[in-house]
Amino acid sequence: MKIIKKDDLDSFVDELIVNDPREVVGVKERGNKYVFDTLRSSEELRLDYDVTILPPKKYFLPQRETLLKFRSNDKIKAEPENDVIERIILGIHPYDLIAIQQMDRVFSEEPEDPNYLKKQESTVLIGVNMSKASERCFAGSMKTAFTDDGYDLMLTDLGGRYAVEIGTDKGKELLDKSGVTLEDASEDDRKLLEEIKNNLKFETKMNFEPGELPELMKANYGNDKFWEENAENCYSCGTCNLVCPTCYCFDVKDLMEVTLTEGSRIRQWDGCLLEHFAEVAGGENFREERAERYRHRYMRKGLYLHNKFEDIACVGCGRCSSQCVPDIADPAEIFNKLKEGEI
Amino acid sequence: MNESPYLPEDATILKITPMTERETLFEIKLDNYNALGHQPGQFVEVSVPGVGEAPISISSSPTKKGNSFELCVRAVGNVTNVLHGLKEGDKIGIRGPYGTGFPVDELKGKDVLFIAGGLGIAPLRSFINYALDRRDEFADVKILYGCRAPCEILYGDEVGGWKERDDIRYHETVDRCPEGVCWEGNIGVITTLIPGIDIDLENTYAVVCGPPIMYRFVLMELDKKNIPDERIILSLERHMKCGLGKCGHCQINGSKGEYYVCQDGPVFNYADIKGFEEAL
Repeated sequence: MKIIKKDDLDSFVDELIVNDPREVVGVKERGNKYVFDTLRSSEELRLDYDVTILPPKKYFLPQRETLLKFRSNDKIKAEPENDVIERIILGIHPYDLIAIQQMDRVFSEEPEDPNYLKKQESTVLIGVNMSKASERCFAGSMKTAFTDDGYDLMLTDLGGRYAVEIGTDKGKELLDKSGVTLEDASEDDRKLLEEIKNNLKFETKMNFEPGELPELMKANYGNDKFWEENAENCYSCGTCNLVCPTCYCFDVKDLMEVTLTEGSRIRQWDGCLLEHFAEVAGGENFREERAERYRHRYMRKGLYLHNKFEDIACVGCGRCSSQCVPDIADPAEIFNKLKEGEI
Repeated sequence: MNESPYLPEDATILKITPMTERETLFEIKLDNYNALGHQPGQFVEVSVPGVGEAPISISSSPTKKGNSFELCVRAVGNVTNVLHGLKEGDKIGIRGPYGTGFPVDELKGKDVLFIAGGLGIAPLRSFINYALDRRDEFADVKILYGCRAPCEILYGDEVGGWKERDDIRYHETVDRCPEGVCWEGNIGVITTLIPGIDIDLENTYAVVCGPPIMYRFVLMELDKKNIPDERIILSLERHMKCGLGKCGHCQINGSKGEYYVCQDGPVFNYADIKGFEEAL
């Protein structure tokens, strides 16, 4: 573990923005919320944020991206497309880093998805431990408040100074190349880091171990009354899907230029809460009811993706809870209610 | 890392055979002259650049001569409507084959009862023709085929041939027959054919494909015939957007956890999806 002074960290960031050919992204304030966006100066970087509107998945699985380009002269020719921008992303909280690791498993499962993987591999991930948790964040309960891997560098605010943990050679190289002044961490620094981690408080909690979720979800698939009651005020708007760091479902469709000589096949975020998600061409919809779609999302988070990848696919970031207009999408609340109702 | 799994193979429409008002048969050849290399029951993503992709089941048997394959397409969405407007010699894209096919090896030496409803004959035909081309590999073969009306019968000429063969039994029915239309077969929904069928319970597999509503009633009838669930094979329709087990559109729940119909299906053993409400 190393120590970097706040001023030195600022110079390090400014240096990257000016001299590194890669795009430097960080957490910025927008309105009274926070977003991941391109940094123009270290002054914009807010490492003390609570949560961003969207998770950093947008850099690896963009809202909309081109998979193929069509060009037509005599005949139409399709060519694969992957718009990879090399990036350095600063200030990713541990729960988001864990979510990225989950997505890596999804897109590296055969058949591999180069559109995601090449973007991910071309990115340097610089994490930051939370200095405060958002009101709806329950990462403490999901064991995602801290992580030992999934980052190239990890920062922790020690007050005027930052602890720097080096996760990979890629991270070490970035520091070495910059020539930034780093000190070795003392025993007191390590103690302080542990203290800061121990003092992190969460207002929202899930009252049991996340490892119990798969069995709990399995037992409650047929609990129709529960799902109907909780989905009663669902707008089927899909916001919970869009803001979720582990939701990755997508639609594939074609766009044609007005000239009709060029076009593209794109993929864009889709959501299982949206009404037509499971509909087939003839009109049959296999999750026609709101409650079925609502349940599906929780089954994905607590059971289905666990069966496939051994991950609990909710990292407790609280984005769905805080951005759901009727406020019915809080996983901690849903999971707690299911647990309380357990027979 | 491999080339994009989303890049289709160039292919050419060799032959177009209109079958009904809504369904047309396309014979297609990959431009690299390779055979598709499919198993009966698998599907492809058909790509019309600028319009999109649609998952379509392969309707021809891999035992068919030549390297071409056939797709029976109902004009029902954007891609399929544009396909219906294409001409012989036009280019399309093909990805696949995807998914698991019918368990042909497991069924070798068994009696096979094919039950097709409407467009369900399209995927089933890949296996029916396989079984007819390798007739000695299967024991008793029966085909039940039901449509809403005589004008909706698909593969009319081929079906005529099935009627003539003495090494299989073929029964057909229509839900209704308009006045003035000549129809010598049964009238009534497909389930009305099942009670009269003789089944060797020890040795019979039922292979079923049709619309969701048909499954519900056919499965009830097969239950009455005491055919065990694990010897009922069916093929599910879903709108697979990627075919790669990623996009999430075709995911359903089932007895062994969740299934991605594009990879774990579209062919399933009934025992694995029985009672799971998202499946049927």
